[in-house]
Amino acid sequence: MTTNPVIAPSAGDTLSRRGFFMKLGIVFNGFAAMVLAVPIVRFLLSSVDRGQGKGYLSWVRLGDVTKFPEGETRMATFRNPFVMPTDGKTVETACWVRRISGDQFQVFAINCAHLGCPVHWFPPSGLFMCPCHGGAYYRDGARASGPPERGLFEYPYKVENGVLTINAGQLPTPGDPVALLSAEKPPCA
Amino acid sequence: MRVIKNIGEWFDHRLQLAAPIREVVEHPVPRNTASWFYVFGSAALTVFLLQLVTGILLALIYVPSAGEAWSSLQALNHQVALGWFIRAMHGWGSNFMVAIVLIHMAQVFLFGAHKYPRELTWIIGVLLLLMTLGMAFSGQVLRFDQDAYWGLGIGASIASRVPIIGPAVVKLMLGGPIIAGATLSRFFALHVFVIPGMLIAFVSLHVLMVLKLGINEWPMPGRIVKRATYEVEYHALTKSEGAPFFPYAVWKDMFFAAFILMAIAACAYYFGPFGPTGQPDPTIIQTAPKPDYFFLWLYALLSLLPPSLETPFLLIGPVLVIIGLILLPFLSGEGEKSWKRRPIAVLTVLMIAITLGTFTRMAQLAPWSPRMNAWSGEPVPDRYIHGTTALERQGALVFQLKQCRNCHSLGNTGGQRGPTLDSVAVRLTHDQLIRQVIQGGGNMPAYGNNLSPAETTALVAFLESLHPATQSPARDAARDLVLSESKPRSATQP
Repeated sequence: MTTNPVIAPSAGDTLSRRGFFMKLGIVFNGFAAMVLAVPIVRFLLSSVDRGQGKGYLSWVRLGDVTKFPEGETRMATFRNPFVMPTDGKTVETACWVRRISGDQFQVFAINCAHLGCPVHWFPPSGLFMCPCHGGAYYRDGARASGPPERGLFEYPYKVENGVLTINAGQLPTPGDPVALLSAEKPPCA
Repeated sequence: MRVIKNIGEWFDHRLQLAAPIREVVEHPVPRNTASWFYVFGSAALTVFLLQLVTGILLALIYVPSAGEAWSSLQALNHQVALGWFIRAMHGWGSNFMVAIVLIHMAQVFLFGAHKYPRELTWIIGVLLLLMTLGMAFSGQVLRFDQDAYWGLGIGASIASRVPIIGPAVVKLMLGGPIIAGATLSRFFALHVFVIPGMLIAFVSLHVLMVLKLGINEWPMPGRIVKRATYEVEYHALTKSEGAPFFPYAVWKDMFFAAFILMAIAACAYYFGPFGPTGQPDPTIIQTAPKPDYFFLWLYALLSLLPPSLETPFLLIGPVLVIIGLILLPFLSGEGEKSWKRRPIAVLTVLMIAITLGTFTRMAQLAPWSPRMNAWSGEPVPDRYIHGTTALERQGALVFQLKQCRNCHSLGNTGGQRGPTLDSVAVRLTHDQLIRQVIQGGGNMPAYGNNLSPAETTALVAFLESLHPATQSPARDAARDLVLSESKPRSATQP
C-alpha cells in the first residue's frame, strides 16, 4: 500500500504530542476515578462491612425471668442494640419467650421463617400462626404446616442473676439465620 | 403580534430549535398508525410527567425519616390543604402508570413493533418496565406504614435466599442489620433520585428512537419483515401514504392523555389516598400485610408454590423472564407482524394476562391466610348446635377455643386455609377424623399435644354431626363387618 509521504510521519505508530497528552489525560482521570471509587464503595458497603464477624449482634436484656410464667409463651420487646438517630420506633423489636421450666427458655424471633411476617401465638391451640402466607409452628417452634421450610428462628439466650438475656441485633432471614445460632448456645435448649 | 414574533426570532437565532422541533412534530407517519391503538406510549409518558409533578409536590412536606415519615403522611392527609388529593393522585398515578406500561407493552408486542429495526427500542422498553416496577415498590416503601415495614421484611427474606451473597445483599438493601431509618433513606434516594434519573434518560432514548426509526406501521397480514428490505419499504410507505404526525395523529394522543389524567383525578377524588395504614412499629403485630395492587400476584405465588420450589422460582424465574424479554426481538426479529398470523403470540399474551389476573384476584381473597380472629369472632351457626347432644356441644366449644375456625369455615365464615367443614362427616369416618385431628397431615398441624382425650372425643363427636340432613355420615364398611364378625366370637367367650 502506498502512502502519501507528506502526511505519513504523523500517522500510524509514531506518537504525536497531542495524542500523548490525550492518553495521559485518560490515565490521570482513571487514577482519579480509582482514588474516588475506594471511599465511595467503602461508604456504600459500610452496612455490609459492619455486619462481618460478630457484627451487629450483642446481648440484650429481656427482663426478669419472673415476667415469664413457667409453661407459657409471652411476647417480649427489646430495643435493637444498633441504633441510628432517625430510626424512630423501628428499633423496638418483638419476640416470643417460651419458658419451659426454671431457667429453660426458648426465645423465638417474631419473624416467620418463610418471608418474615409477624407470627401470632395462640395459647389454646399451642400454635404460632403467620397472617401472610399461612405458615404455622408448634409451641417449640417446629414447623407445623404451610410454606416455611424450617422452624421459627431462635435467639441464643442466657439467664444471669434472674435476668433473661438474648443475643440479638439483626433481622433474621431464611438465608441468614446463622448469625443468631452461631453465637454460644446454652446447653439446655 | 409583531413584538412576540421578534422576541421569538431573537431566541431562535440563538437557540436554533424551531427548525428541528418542526421537523420532529411534522415528521410523516404511516396514515393508519393514527389509531386509538397507538396512544398508550404517549399516555405512559403523560402519567410519568404527572408523577414527577405530584412527587415533587409531596416532597415539599414528606420527611424521609423512619421516625417521622408516618406522621408527615398524616399531616399531608389531614393538615395540609389538598395534601390528601396530591397523595391520592400520586398513588393512583402509580397504578395507572404500571397498567398503561403493561398495556403498551402488550400492544407493541402484538403489533410486531419489537421486530427489526426496533429491537433496541423494545429492550429499552423492557428496562423502563423494570424501572416502573422499581418505582412502584420503592414508592410503597416510602409510605412508611405497617404494610411497608413488613413488605421490606418480605423483600429482605427473598433477597437473603440468594446463594453466598444473600446476607450481604440484605444488609446492603436495609442499610443496616434491621429495617430502620437507613432503610427508608436509601429507598427514598432510589425513588426520588436514582430511578427517576434513569427513567428520564431511558424515556428520552426510547422516544428518540421512535422518532429516528419511525413509528411501527400498522401490521398487515402477509407483509413480511426482512432485514434487507424493511427500511426501504417503510420509507416508501411513509412517502406514499404518510401524513404529518402533527396534527394528523397527535390529536388522538392528546385526547387519550387528557382522558387518563381525568380518570386518575376522578379515582383520586372518589377513592382517596392509599393509607398510610398503622404505624411502622414492629411491636404492633396485629397486621396482615399485603402488597400494593401490582405485586398482589406475587403475594399469591409465594403462598401457593410448593415450599421446595419457592427459592429456585424466586431467584431464577425473574432472571429467565428478563432474559427472555430481552432476547425476544432477536429470536423473532423478522417475519409476520400481524397478530392475525401470530397465534402463539396472542395465546402467550392471553395466558400471561389471565394468569396474573387470576393470581391477583386470589390474593385479594387470600384463602391461604388464617383468619386470626375467626375463633373468637365468628359464632358457630345455630343449625349446627340445634338438637345436639351435650358431648357434641362440648365439641363445638373445643372447635372454637382451639382456633380450628381460623383455618376452617363453617357456614361460610372463618378461615379458608383448610377445607370447609360443613359436611366433613360425609368425607371422613370416625377413625379418620380422630387420626386427622391428632396427627394432622396434608398441611394441617397435629393437635395431639394440645387436646386431652376428652376434648378429642368431644371435638370428633361435633365433627361427626356435621353432615347434610339428606346424607348420612361416612362409615367404614369393613369396620362394621369386623365388629359384627367379632360379636358371635365374643359371645362364645366365657
